[in-house]
Amino acid sequence: MIEVSNLTKEFNGIKAVDNISFSVKKGETFVLLGTSGCGKTTTLKMINRLVEPTSGEMRIEGRKTLEEEPTKLRKQIGYVIQNIGLFPHYTVEQNIAVVPQLLKWDRNRIRNRTNELLELVGLVPPEDFLKRHPEELSGGQQQRVGLARAFAADPSIILLDEPFGALDPITRRQIQKEFKKLEMMLAKTIILVTHDIFEAFDLADRICLMDEGRVKQIGTPKKLLFSPKKKFVKDFFRSNRFLLELKVIPLKDLLPVISDTGIRDETLPKFEESTSLLDVLETMESSKDPKSAFRIMDSAEKIKKVTTHKDALEAFLKIRLKMTA
Amino acid sequence: MNQVNTFFDFILSHQNEILEQTLEHISLTVIALTISVLIGLPLGILLTRRKRLASPVLGVVGIIQTIPSVALLGFLLPLMGIGVVPAIVALFLYALLPIIRNTFTGIEEVDPSVKEAAQGMGMTNTQILGKIELPLAVPVIFAGIRTATVINVGIATLCALIASGGLGEFIFRGIALNNMNMILAGAIPAAVLALLLDSVLSILQKFIRKIIKPFLILSVIFVFIIVPLLVLPSFIGSSFRAGFTAEFMERADGYPGLKRTYQFEMDTMELDPGLMYRALKNGRVDVICGFSTDGRIKAYDFKILEDDKNYFPPYQAVPLIRGETLRKYPILRDIFAKFKGKITDEQMAELNYRVDRIKESPSKVARDFLEQMGFQIPKRSGKGADIIIGAKNFTEQFILAHLFAYLIESYSSLKADLKTGLAGTKICFDALKSGQIDLYPEYTGTGLLAILDVDEHTRKSLMNDEQKIFDFVREESKKKYDLEWIHPLGFSNSYALMMRKKQAEKLNIKTITDLKSYIENQKAAEDRN
Repeated sequence: MIEVSNLTKEFNGIKAVDNISFSVKKGETFVLLGTSGCGKTTTLKMINRLVEPTSGEMRIEGRKTLEEEPTKLRKQIGYVIQNIGLFPHYTVEQNIAVVPQLLKWDRNRIRNRTNELLELVGLVPPEDFLKRHPEELSGGQQQRVGLARAFAADPSIILLDEPFGALDPITRRQIQKEFKKLEMMLAKTIILVTHDIFEAFDLADRICLMDEGRVKQIGTPKKLLFSPKKKFVKDFFRSNRFLLELKVIPLKDLLPVISDTGIRDETLPKFEESTSLLDVLETMESSKDPKSAFRIMDSAEKIKKVTTHKDALEAFLKIRLKMTA
Repeated sequence: MNQVNTFFDFILSHQNEILEQTLEHISLTVIALTISVLIGLPLGILLTRRKRLASPVLGVVGIIQTIPSVALLGFLLPLMGIGVVPAIVALFLYALLPIIRNTFTGIEEVDPSVKEAAQGMGMTNTQILGKIELPLAVPVIFAGIRTATVINVGIATLCALIASGGLGEFIFRGIALNNMNMILAGAIPAAVLALLLDSVLSILQKFIRKIIKPFLILSVIFVFIIVPLLVLPSFIGSSFRAGFTAEFMERADGYPGLKRTYQFEMDTMELDPGLMYRALKNGRVDVICGFSTDGRIKAYDFKILEDDKNYFPPYQAVPLIRGETLRKYPILRDIFAKFKGKITDEQMAELNYRVDRIKESPSKVARDFLEQMGFQIPKRSGKGADIIIGAKNFTEQFILAHLFAYLIESYSSLKADLKTGLAGTKICFDALKSGQIDLYPEYTGTGLLAILDVDEHTRKSLMNDEQKIFDFVREESKKKYDLEWIHPLGFSNSYALMMRKKQAEKLNIKTITDLKSYIENQKAAEDRN
């Protein structure tokens, strides 16, 4: 649990971060979203004290971080940056082992942990990567090593500063998708900084939208989209609105207004009711027939309804009108 | 081929000396370099933490770098004297810029995201420096150290001018004696040494991360234990020291002969002719080998020790002229006859003093002197040159060359032109033989020993008698080269041992024999202790 209260940072009299407060629940993925210069990175860096706040305070599990030794604090918080910042003179193994070594783990424990992490981030078999230097890896592989390094000492909090920003769009998409599913992300409290709206909507439990150093609104993606508190928030999502709506509305929301074809065919594709309509459409795209049907299941794998995506889209349009109104 | 053979002969016959000088050279360079690294590296690191200091510090160090090396040695002379210490200080100052600048730049250029990641992972500043910044800056830092090494090996040759030893001794002695083999025997090992040290460092660079700790410890031990051992003797040493030029140390009529004639030895060190007088004045040495007509004798209040065994051959100044020129313009003989014996040692010293110390032009000094002697000097005019007068590259020769020109133009319709600053006896004499110049002022002693290169037996037979030597060189030069020594000018610019007048009076030393007994008493006293 992270609590940030009344945090302000001035650089030469100019407020980069202006009196912001929020709290992040344990295990939550919290996204700081905004355009460049909105103060999101400064906010993130104040949490691990790479930047010292001008005023305000922060607590982690109730402890005031400003009263702790910064280096000790940072060892408990994973940190991933856009340019990755792998140490070019270290091998992959040595890079991952940095924090465990600072914490004086014994050699065997470090070796086991390194192997485990490489597998977790999908660099398999680990032996192929351990002895390589960063320059011998692709950008995507480097970012995976960067993630592994941040997770090395199994911190409960991870800070990510535009972690996928330096990757090409295809690799970025792929890593973002995997990232959500990574086992090691479970039960971690994550604060992620990004300017990419889709990334935010993909990964966030809650989003904190910032502008000019201030918080504009904090809430779930759905809340920000359908109940914007300010004009700024509404305008921020205007150009991508339709896609974002497809993304935030899960099948579950459509169930009341969707019609059932009545067909019960085990071979039809199935989706869990928490899946967003956008994901359904993307997956179903290969079958060109608008009448092709799919099954909607609940979390216990019980069929709720069977429908076509034409019907699903119609249902979505109805719901959408209702929600926006 | 012959040149190559004589070079190898020279190397073989001087191998001990070459080895010794090379070792001196290496120790000078390595000591200075180690100190520079131990100081420059932390300073470079400090600048990355206190960026405001960076540009003033780099500026100052940069300015030191631009001081010409001989000038820097000159600045250090009054502060630290001569010998190994000022040499190491000079080398240290020159090595500082590349080392500080490259350390600073090397660390500054480490990718900021790498530093941020290291910091974000909880490394302390010291850990970031030791594990990240320094290892990544190693190539740049080493490039700086290697530059400094090559610079230092080069500049260390110049340090021979302030009696610190090294391969420069051969180079400067070789230049003074016009001995190409000797120059090469200093220059080639110096070049090889530069390349060698550079390669050693490039190998070291590859392993530095593994051996850095023992290496640093060794360096510190080296500096704190070995350096004082090397440096201290030059402070303690003997209380009475002589400073001689490279040429004097080597010439048969220099120190080797002096030792034999007077049967005594002194603590000596090699010095640049230009720095030698200042070193005596500042009390860094107590006796030097000057020239009896040097202007600085008066300026610095020195005393010339009487050569009571008549060891130094007389160096009477005489116009040396081509036979061909003399036959073409016989009037020249009459002109110089008017001037025969007109300048005394003291007068010549006074003229040199006016140029060296009061900074009057040689031409004006020559003219004033002639007018004062009652010669009629017309304004020089017109072009064309019937006679070309040469001169070696020191003050007295400049003055005499101008004097000759005024004389010739006053008492004949001939036009004279000057070609001054010829570097050394050999160059001047070769120019005369080949007819590039018609005459120049030469000294009988030089004629005897450097030009005619007579054997020991002939030398002894002349018994350092002024007249005998003059007659001998005149006849031999005429026979061998068709060159004529005409009328002696009067003074003799011979080698002379000199001391500070005050000290000489205090110790009651008037002659070289007095000096000998003083030194022997000193030694006996030291041995008793």
